[in-house]
Amino acid sequence: MAELKLMKGNEALAEATIRCGADAYFGYPITPQTEVIEYLMMEQPEKRTGMVVLQAESELAAINMVYGAASTGKRVMTSSSSPGISLKLEGISYLAGAELPAVIVNVVRGGPGLGTIQPSQADYFQSVKGGGHGDYKLYVLAPASVQEMADFVEDAFDIAFKYRAPVLILSDGLIGQMMEKVYLKDQKERMTTEELIEKYGSWATTGKKGRERNIITSLDLQSEKMEARVHRLMKKYEQMEKEDLRYEKILCDDADYLIVAYGSSARISQKAVELAREKGIKVGLLRPITLFPYPKQPLFELADQVKGILSVELNMGQMVEDVRLSVEFKVPVEHFGRTGGIIHTPEEILEALEQKIIK
Amino acid sequence: MDILDIIKPENQVFCKTKLMTDTGLSYCPGCGHGTAHNLTMEVIDEMGIVEDTIGVAPVGCSVLAYDFMNIDMTQAAHGRAPAVATAISRCWPEKYVFTYQGDGDLAAIGTAETIHACNRGENIVIIFVNNGIYGMTGGQMAPTTLEGMKSSTSPYGREIETMGAPLKITELIANLPGVYFVSRQAVHTHKHARKAKKAIRQAFENIKLKKGLSFVEIVSNCNSGWKMAPNESNVWMEENMFPYFPLGDIKVDGKLK
Repeated sequence: MAELKLMKGNEALAEATIRCGADAYFGYPITPQTEVIEYLMMEQPEKRTGMVVLQAESELAAINMVYGAASTGKRVMTSSSSPGISLKLEGISYLAGAELPAVIVNVVRGGPGLGTIQPSQADYFQSVKGGGHGDYKLYVLAPASVQEMADFVEDAFDIAFKYRAPVLILSDGLIGQMMEKVYLKDQKERMTTEELIEKYGSWATTGKKGRERNIITSLDLQSEKMEARVHRLMKKYEQMEKEDLRYEKILCDDADYLIVAYGSSARISQKAVELAREKGIKVGLLRPITLFPYPKQPLFELADQVKGILSVELNMGQMVEDVRLSVEFKVPVEHFGRTGGIIHTPEEILEALEQKIIK
Repeated sequence: MDILDIIKPENQVFCKTKLMTDTGLSYCPGCGHGTAHNLTMEVIDEMGIVEDTIGVAPVGCSVLAYDFMNIDMTQAAHGRAPAVATAISRCWPEKYVFTYQGDGDLAAIGTAETIHACNRGENIVIIFVNNGIYGMTGGQMAPTTLEGMKSSTSPYGREIETMGAPLKITELIANLPGVYFVSRQAVHTHKHARKAKKAIRQAFENIKLKKGLSFVEIVSNCNSGWKMAPNESNVWMEENMFPYFPLGDIKVDGKLK
């Protein structure tokens, strides 16, 4: 039986983490995601499920704690906000290189630098184009509601373990801070040591018992081996594109124009679509739920139907590049976005659509 | 008597450390790392805890420790081994978790992770090999490089005024309440190696007793980085390193000596 609660996005994420049977969380306070660790400390999941929660001395330490727990097959999460995620990128690159499953949450705020504590989507490039060093990608889930903040936790762990790869939940200060009703799933049992060793004993460093030793590393000093490792990673990403792409189409069937937006921008754009349709303009919304893999093919196909596309983002134009690449310049693609922590209104979006696309 | 008559199991008095792999060591001839590896593996073997031991390798000369130590190991980012070990120990409290780190890794880039893991009293062992130089990258100045000591990034010798004094991180962390056992040893002679092994054994025994953090520093040579012959480097170490980094137990049973 699902439980109905009124919660902040950050709290819903934290509660869902306990309920999905996670083993550990390591974090560091930073606005606007601090409620995650506050909630976990208050809830004492160690008593509820045996889940470990620890406040690290820095985001660097936290992500490396994630690396340690993940190397032993544990379901482990960390969360932060933009400047903190920049610090974590070293560890994220290592997680990808060492092929470790982990969930990282970014409740994005404005940047660059210390920026602002208000919501932003300016970490799109950092999330989907690498961020850390080396040839790797993150599977990126973009929640657009408090419900999805909760639901995507388990989805993220499932993907992380399916591919033995780090997964990013790319939220923002709006989704993290706002309160909505949320249906919470029942508590799942944490995996026992025996179950864990049976499932992940082939690679996890759980102690050399009844098998050859396991080694977790991202280092291959022989170039041929390193190239093979990178090829192995790329195969995972290809498989993600085939099997685990997620997106949502809203009122696209008869659309003459298309808005592409994710996360909180998608929520606001949905209202802009309604306003447009009240004026008789047939606008549809494509919401990428995964930012990598990106819904390239659905966009490519929609480009044959619509006259123009507006990419709506809380930044100065980042995802718009992927929209353009996806539609291969078949139709005009423009960007509209506010930045610095300012959130666009539905009216502003409609006005931008009319001025930049419909003309 | 034919030599083959002598080479029999019943005549064997010494053998290769069981928990060392057959992979040839990547360390320079004369380096102390090999002995430090051996001693650590001997302790784990003798305590019968190999099935429950998880090691964390650093970045530096001993980055490939997992090639030589025949146990489960995770290789950490530069300086982050204590954070990695913290999480493994927290998630697997019944396991013996240790890090094996050099001076650049532990006392420069990883200072924060070292101090906080120590301060939290994580139930782990830290083995700290201090040779006063960055060996892996070719002999640069380390936080523990002595005053006046030449390296490729202090070619005229370490100058305290501009480069700071060599960091006595071991004394620093010994003062933290979470740290239960601190000992500084060496491995360049049999006598020193025996004492070092005793300290390592004590450290691993403390994990079983859940006493908090145990820290064993091994002052070692880096003949290549110091640009000396192995024997010469050991003499230099005794004459120059030991006075600044004196050997012996620093904290036992949670009490400073």
